[in-house]
Amino acid sequence: MSRIQAVLAALASRRRKALIPYICAGDPSPELTVPLMHALVESGCDIVELGVPFSDPMADGPVIQRASERALKHGVSLARVLDMVADFRRTDTRTPVVLMGYANPIEHMGLASFVAAAKAAGVDGVLVVDYPPEECAEYDRLMKQNGLDPIFLLAPTSTPERVDAVARAASGYVYYVSLKGVTGAASLDTADVARRIPEIKARVGIPVGVGFGIRDAQSAQAVGGIADAVVIGSRIIQELETSAPGQEVANVRRFMSGIRGALDQIAA
Amino acid sequence: MKPNDLPSDATGRYSLPDARGHFGPYGGIFVSETLMHALSELKHAYEHYRTDPEFVAEFAYELKHYVGRPSPIYHARRLSETLGGAQIYLKREDLNHTGAHKVNNTMGQALLARRMGKPRVIAETGAGQHGVATATMAARFGLECVVYMGSEDIKRQAANVYRMKLLGATVVPVDSGSRTLKDALNEAMRDWVTNVENTFYIIGTVAGPHPYPMMVRDFNAVVGQECLTQMPELIGRQPDAILACVGGGSNAMGIFHPYIGRREVRLIGCEAGGSGLSSGRHAASLSAGSPGVLHGNRTYLLQDADGQIIETHSISAGLDYPGVGPEHAWLKDNGRAEYVAVTDDEALDAFHRLCRLEGIIPALESSHAVAQAIKMAPGMPKDKALLVNLSGRGDKDMHTVAERSGIRF
Repeated sequence: MSRIQAVLAALASRRRKALIPYICAGDPSPELTVPLMHALVESGCDIVELGVPFSDPMADGPVIQRASERALKHGVSLARVLDMVADFRRTDTRTPVVLMGYANPIEHMGLASFVAAAKAAGVDGVLVVDYPPEECAEYDRLMKQNGLDPIFLLAPTSTPERVDAVARAASGYVYYVSLKGVTGAASLDTADVARRIPEIKARVGIPVGVGFGIRDAQSAQAVGGIADAVVIGSRIIQELETSAPGQEVANVRRFMSGIRGALDQIAA
Repeated sequence: MKPNDLPSDATGRYSLPDARGHFGPYGGIFVSETLMHALSELKHAYEHYRTDPEFVAEFAYELKHYVGRPSPIYHARRLSETLGGAQIYLKREDLNHTGAHKVNNTMGQALLARRMGKPRVIAETGAGQHGVATATMAARFGLECVVYMGSEDIKRQAANVYRMKLLGATVVPVDSGSRTLKDALNEAMRDWVTNVENTFYIIGTVAGPHPYPMMVRDFNAVVGQECLTQMPELIGRQPDAILACVGGGSNAMGIFHPYIGRREVRLIGCEAGGSGLSSGRHAASLSAGSPGVLHGNRTYLLQDADGQIIETHSISAGLDYPGVGPEHAWLKDNGRAEYVAVTDDEALDAFHRLCRLEGIIPALESSHAVAQAIKMAPGMPKDKALLVNLSGRGDKDMHTVAERSGIRF
């Protein structure tokens, strides 16, 4: 059982919802990434998603694109992101880390080299946004062979056949996003999510995270009532953007502690 | 794979891409799950209508009566005589309505949008040519039109921005990334995902996820099909070589495609060599790039050591793109087509020569193909024929050319 699977199984047995934050490696500065990761864990997050900056983040909204641009200005490459994970692992061997990014930097490193380097750095899962299951058989095979979880997206428009295709390729968890496609764009339609999640859960057989339109305790609670995991991305980036220099880590810690508290009220 | 292994269907005709949009290792559908439904809907609609007699007839009618097809092939006699070698022929796509080959594709996609019941079309544009062609079709068919354009490009192409507005389109400035074509493309994709119920995304080149590279090629293939009958009428045979400029590669794919199975005809794509390949300031992804994944397909890209896409340079905005259509990537690898880089200076020289010797002001994009013909012709016998796709007219480039000569209006 992978670290991701173990953490999610343990949470499920305690009827606790997983909280999965997203930050972009290198944003607002490379020095803050590892401290931010630790702060997220201390504020009660269960898995950390770490964005790998890319010059053309087509599937992301403007907030995450800005984060990516800031990180690239600091020269943060995929190799550097892996170094950050290794650094994080020196003091935290428990919290799963999932990389989220685009195919090109990974293919440029080489699939086999990337998977080996990710495993050595202590990465647990990878979400390649522009890899649908049909286009990444070799990647999927290498990931699973090395005990890493390939994470995939599902959308409100995913047909049952596509949900099944994703189920065959995915392990760890699947990540349900809004049709408003781009991260950070949508407002939350809880009723719609509530309709869709049980059916998806039945088909994929692994935990389902929901990640859009979650901006505060109330929306986190609403999604936590339906899904296994709550993913928050753009809202954290905005917290970083509006923080005074030096206050970033403290502000993110405060914000995520509030979300954690709200989620725990569901279980109680 | 060698050219004699070109994949073919039961009738022996060249048959790529495969069902999932692959040209060998290139092409495909590399997009987020959120786009899969929209692409699948488009693919099914296109597969249905591409062979629907009514749709095919409507497309042919509009190309004839609205676009002004067929475009003639012109023997550039004075240019050929000056060079003293092979005869140069020009396929006059510059004479189309809106002044370039782009209109063939926007017409096809606008007709498809209507059939699919989408009242709103969106497009990305770099220099503004594809935006103008899309805005034209939207006006012609009464569709709402939104064009995404990098704010940097908006500054450089004020006249085209005004043209689009005259035609009733909304031009949305894009301030992310390098504020140019590729960023406009990202933004248009976001719009499409969000509004797919009522919106058709008219992509302007043979790149992007399947079915775009195939569909845009098919709509532009009318160019090559006309040449197949026009060249024998003119000289009693097919040309020895066909030359076309390549940015994304839509005009080149349009004229190459019907000739792929005719191996006696050389196919030569002319990329933007900018200030020269060794300068690093160019947009020649096939000549100087390496395979990767961008904008929904696998193809040759200009990228740095970390796999980030790098900024490109060309005197012609229409060639200023860090990728290239996946079918070109495949034609390069298997050797069926050749790709060369032509510098800004060579293209400018060809631009001026065509103005002075033939009374034709070519687009700077097309001037790259003319320049390659000028390089090749002197070394060839006089009975050889070079066919150049003159993909667009140069009115839009007056400012750029004047500025290079130190002239201000």
